[in-house]
Amino acid sequence: MAAESLLKTGKHSKYTSYRKILYHRFFVGLLLFIVVSLVFTVVFNTFTGSAARIDVYQAVNLDSTSFEVVKISSSALEAHPRVSNCTYWDCVDVYRCGKGGHNKITIYIYPVKDYQTENGNSISRFSKEFYMILDTIKRSKYYTPDPEEACLLVPSIDTLNQHSFSSKHVAQVLQSLPYWNHGENHLIFNMLPGSAPNYNSVVDLNTSRAIIAGAGFNTWTFRYNFDVSIPVYSAVAETIDSTQPEQKKYLIISTQLNIPHDYLEELQNIASSSNDLLLLDRCKTDKTDHSKRCEYTTGRQFDYPNVLKDGMFCLVVRSARLMQAVLMDILASQCIPVVIADSVVMPFSSHVDWNKLVLFVPEDNIKNLVKIVHSVSKERRGELYWQLRWAFDRYFASIEKITLTALEIINEKVFALAARTYEEWNMPEHLYGPVNPLFLPVTASKAAGFTAVILTYDRVDSLFALVSKLVRTPSLAKILVVWNNQKKAPPPSSEWPVTNKPLKVIRTKENKLSNRFFPYDEIETECQLTIDDDIVMLTPDELEFGFDVWREFPDRIVGFPSRLHVWDNTTNSWRYHSEWTNQISMVLTGAAFHHKIWSWYYTYKMPPEIRSWVDDNFNCEDIAMNFLVANVTRKAPIKVTPRKKFKCPECTNTEMLSADARHMSQRSACIARFAEIYGHMALQPVEFRADPLQYRETGSGIPHAYPDIGAL
Amino acid sequence: MQAKKRFILLSLTFGVVVYCYFTMFHLKSEHTQSSRRSELPSFASFDELSELPTQPYRKLTIEKIPCRMETCFDFSKCGKDPKIYVYPSDGPVSASYRKVLSVIRESRYATRDPNEACLFVPAIDTLDADPLSPEHAPDVASRLTHLPYWNNGRNHLIFNLYAGTWPDYAESALGFNPGEAILARASASESFFRDEFDISLPLFHKEHPERGGVPPAATGNLFPAPRRHLLAFKGKRYVHGIGSETRNSLWHLHDGNHLILVTTCRHGKSWKDLRDERCDEDNREYDKFDYEQLLANSTFCLVARGRRLGSYRFLEALAAGCIPVLLSNGWRLPFDERIDWRRAVIWADERLLLQVPELVRSVSPERILALRQQTQFLWEQYFSSIEKIVFTTIEILLERVLEHRLSKQREALIWNASPGALGTLATYGDSRVHFPISAPILQAPTCPSSPLSPLPAPSVPLAAPPPTPGNTYTALLYVQATSPALHKLLANIASSEYCEKVVLVWDSERAAPSLKSLSRLAGDTRDPLPVLVVDATTHYPGEGVSARWQPLWAVPTAGVFSLDGDAPLLAEELDFAFRVWKHFPERIVGYPARTHFWDEAKGAWGYSSKWGDSYSMVLPGAALVHRSVLAQYAAAAPALRQAVRRTRNCEDILLNCLASHLTRRPPLKLAQRRRYKATHHKYKSSWSDPEHFVQRQSCLNTFATAWGYMPLMRSVLRLDPILFKDPVSTLRKKYRKMELVTS
Repeated sequence: MAAESLLKTGKHSKYTSYRKILYHRFFVGLLLFIVVSLVFTVVFNTFTGSAARIDVYQAVNLDSTSFEVVKISSSALEAHPRVSNCTYWDCVDVYRCGKGGHNKITIYIYPVKDYQTENGNSISRFSKEFYMILDTIKRSKYYTPDPEEACLLVPSIDTLNQHSFSSKHVAQVLQSLPYWNHGENHLIFNMLPGSAPNYNSVVDLNTSRAIIAGAGFNTWTFRYNFDVSIPVYSAVAETIDSTQPEQKKYLIISTQLNIPHDYLEELQNIASSSNDLLLLDRCKTDKTDHSKRCEYTTGRQFDYPNVLKDGMFCLVVRSARLMQAVLMDILASQCIPVVIADSVVMPFSSHVDWNKLVLFVPEDNIKNLVKIVHSVSKERRGELYWQLRWAFDRYFASIEKITLTALEIINEKVFALAARTYEEWNMPEHLYGPVNPLFLPVTASKAAGFTAVILTYDRVDSLFALVSKLVRTPSLAKILVVWNNQKKAPPPSSEWPVTNKPLKVIRTKENKLSNRFFPYDEIETECQLTIDDDIVMLTPDELEFGFDVWREFPDRIVGFPSRLHVWDNTTNSWRYHSEWTNQISMVLTGAAFHHKIWSWYYTYKMPPEIRSWVDDNFNCEDIAMNFLVANVTRKAPIKVTPRKKFKCPECTNTEMLSADARHMSQRSACIARFAEIYGHMALQPVEFRADPLQYRETGSGIPHAYPDIGAL
Repeated sequence: MQAKKRFILLSLTFGVVVYCYFTMFHLKSEHTQSSRRSELPSFASFDELSELPTQPYRKLTIEKIPCRMETCFDFSKCGKDPKIYVYPSDGPVSASYRKVLSVIRESRYATRDPNEACLFVPAIDTLDADPLSPEHAPDVASRLTHLPYWNNGRNHLIFNLYAGTWPDYAESALGFNPGEAILARASASESFFRDEFDISLPLFHKEHPERGGVPPAATGNLFPAPRRHLLAFKGKRYVHGIGSETRNSLWHLHDGNHLILVTTCRHGKSWKDLRDERCDEDNREYDKFDYEQLLANSTFCLVARGRRLGSYRFLEALAAGCIPVLLSNGWRLPFDERIDWRRAVIWADERLLLQVPELVRSVSPERILALRQQTQFLWEQYFSSIEKIVFTTIEILLERVLEHRLSKQREALIWNASPGALGTLATYGDSRVHFPISAPILQAPTCPSSPLSPLPAPSVPLAAPPPTPGNTYTALLYVQATSPALHKLLANIASSEYCEKVVLVWDSERAAPSLKSLSRLAGDTRDPLPVLVVDATTHYPGEGVSARWQPLWAVPTAGVFSLDGDAPLLAEELDFAFRVWKHFPERIVGYPARTHFWDEAKGAWGYSSKWGDSYSMVLPGAALVHRSVLAQYAAAAPALRQAVRRTRNCEDILLNCLASHLTRRPPLKLAQRRRYKATHHKYKSSWSDPEHFVQRQSCLNTFATAWGYMPLMRSVLRLDPILFKDPVSTLRKKYRKMELVTS
């Protein structure tokens, strides 16, 4: 920086020699510094590469070929038994968390060691999946190499499969961990819990107060708001692609091989009496081939997992354990799972809504399976079906995703504000669309009134006429004039018409159309009337009625001039239409009421392409607003009162932009462009408008509430 | 400028070296990683993944483990329409419990026959289990076990608000053993709560209204929310003992401006003996602020635990639209089995009390807007009266029963968004599109069609309700006599563009007409319109006028055009109404409007057909209604249906009240038509009868009493076709004939 500025100023300087020396010194210094640091780095790296690191903050090494061997003596202390009533509030030390920022936890992984018994047998087999879990944590944003600043600690001893480790010895290892402290803030992963004959639904291991991320919990062993339920990973599921057949061939398929005997009998009864269930088993010819399944009675052969894609519904039945790996295969195949496992805690059930993914059938009710499946409506079937693959891809598709989801759930527990909403967890936007920010069904209050926001450039006469007309509307609370002309100052306050309502002028920095939709702090009402400075033909009755209509539909745009979009078959494009039609799909913001939140959305949440398009073309801000609101709410705007001539009589055609043919084609182009950006045509045409209840009624003898309405 | 070049060259070299070093390192690690990963075995073999149980384990051992529905509830007692039996009262009960009992007894769930009951509610007051409390009922334990159907509490529902007593306020100290009874209790904690079995209740005051309830206070959606204080709390603190620490340290956060956290130790008889050094200063600050004002003017309200986990503050904050910030570790929030509280509250941690100000400051204005609206929604939907709290408890329970029987339950979004669970029937439909929801739901694209079985399927598919809004409607006619007007109406329906089916409910002593279909006009190539005649006198004897919406089984569309047999509607009007209704499926959309008003002189509600500038009812003699609203009508409270049956009148008023109650929106009137009865009526019309009006007036008051408030809402607008009566050529207008209808 310094050198650069010296260079620039030096060009015309007289003191070149002095400058040169200074420059030279600086350069030499820099050069020396670079060379020294380079040498230092190289030397440091070559030396540390060979020697074992003593540095505590070194990231855990998962890839070493030989790990340190640790012998555990048979008399070593074991960790305490699992505390069955742990909650987040008493078994997690929150003071350890929050050191990695205010919205994420930090996780430490213990160094990988080869723990052995006294006779030299490995205590636990290190599996590929566990490697990937640790690797995912290590690469995640949560990882920290410093155990002192870690919120969670993960022992790097594989406890995924109950069969592949000895509970006693692992408990001894856990107790020997340097930061164990009764397991507080420790996280243990497990996918296959329990062993014969009892098959406990939680890992048989003394884990004390550690959090268990496990599969196959039942509601008794799962500690609410503390443990995390995860799925049993299936390597097969990862190989299933997302293609789907045009037509599903079978209503219900069962491919599971380990269905308990009594349930299997019931299913066989169903299969023999109905064609709705395809019940598959191991093939008798080759019992070891897992990629083949055969029908029970006929022996017809099917390929697994391809056959799953042909099923509309697929069965997952409890067996020795509550959770089955086959669930993942079924989700990936977009076959709607029918889960028959009482008291099971589904994976990530605290956040993933399984009622949007599967059908639960109680074990007592298997006999009614077909009836239940038939009673699922077409619509629900569609919703379930489209949800499956999305949820699978997002939460279950790989060990990495499973791990990250589990971590995220713990993170949301610790940092309540980081929590994502139900919609973000369960409602894919491509299926359900955005969420309406105004969802409470209310009629807005009349007392608060509305704020008129007038965008003006320099038409002072017409502006003044408008202001003096507006103030006669009873519910008007305030007028805000957005002065969009930077070259000229607004007229001094003495020249403004005298009003009984507050009036404020805001000068903008740039002449942009989007300025009219800036959510100014001065707008202190929910409702704002956006109005052009030449719309002087609206009567106070009409404005008041417009406001009353808006109050009943506070999430819509309610206004006077309306337009329509139509599909032009000859040019294959959208066309903007301003004729007198029987439909409308837009209400122009030349005179329209809307909630202030839409201004905020327009400024901060609208796709930036649209905003820049509007500002570049100096047009279509009203169309953009209609698109914005229609896209979020999926509701049409409301036109108020009969048609009016909105052209001002004294304006000539050259001044009136709207009269211009080029203008019309530009507006058509806007519609096409916006529809393209949103990915669909958000606008929808309607055939109704709102009128006062007594409009055009005569002779009822009751005075009209809004008499001055409807004159051209 | 040599130096500059050298400088650039050098830094470039440096960059390259560093880059090479790191990429080499990176490549190296990638390499070892992939090799090591592939060497490792998988965590489980295929056989381990599909292990079979070695022994049948069909029945779970239930001696020690806490109850769950599948172990402690007898589903076989609950049939298609599960009912609740309330034991006859014996002995005195507290005012609150009396309200609870009366609400259940008068509900549609109640039965007098214990043999057909699915759930039992003891009439023994179990609300207050604190022996020190004046409301405490004695020897509950022995009285419970002597109940005739007690059976260790199986299928019983017990309400409890206060458990335990001074000094430890133990949650388990109920004074009786609930056994296998379902506990609906306030202040439930995570460790004692029997998950998916017990139900967590909110703590409510003695004065909590039985019905109706206070409407939400903060329905304004100002953005950003301009409240004066950020966070507020005003309450007593206990100085010593369980649950006192949090409130005792609140003063640290108090700043007198944005954060108002004031406590007092001035409560109880002997507060002066227990006071600590801060008491005087706290009391001074405490008296500066008014509680109601704080609620109304603060964005967030602290809900700190008291002696027990729950506190009254929770409902008070909810009602005021002040977003609750919870400081009550381990509390199971009310109805959290179904209500998603993440949408309405902020969880703080008692252990991190001092972080609370930072926590609430970091909530974005948009989130505040959403949280605030949700507090209002939840308050109005589930908490504003004892009736709502009790019904929510019951609905959660009955939904579990339904789930067990039919494997379906209401979606999370029905519970947590409009129309809410109390505004929908659990048995009706299984997707949100079956319900009238004001925001159109994007429907999922249809999935690949399900297979046609190679042989005719033996099982008959159960009829699922139609999706909303659909493209057609069903005309549901209520006819008491044939007339020329009826023939004209049928002809108009036949030429309507969107009518899919006509269901004619024939309510007359004369034989029902045998009509199978309506032929179309000449030039109309569509198939004849199918007609189904339902004879109300044989199908629904004694139902009277309520029978008109009974045959919903015959209605295949979400939109139902409810018509009187002599309604003079044109085909154009039918079609226009349907096109409008598609955008407002939750409302009643139609032609004849009426209004209600408060009659000061009589101190009662009045009914009027001479509306001026506003209306509050659209009569379903010529209006479109959602099928699910009509299903709700059939399930309305017994008192309401009784009123209609007794007067043989008012079914239309009841439907309007019901629709407004469910949606909190007024109906929509279309165009200018006022009349909806043919003028030349051969028979004596009940409408000319002054008695008729008196009756309707009294109906209106009966309904308002039954609901506890007047559900009707007013509107000042009507919806017309776009070019209605505009000065353009009629040739350009789509709805030409409608303009001629002026009265």
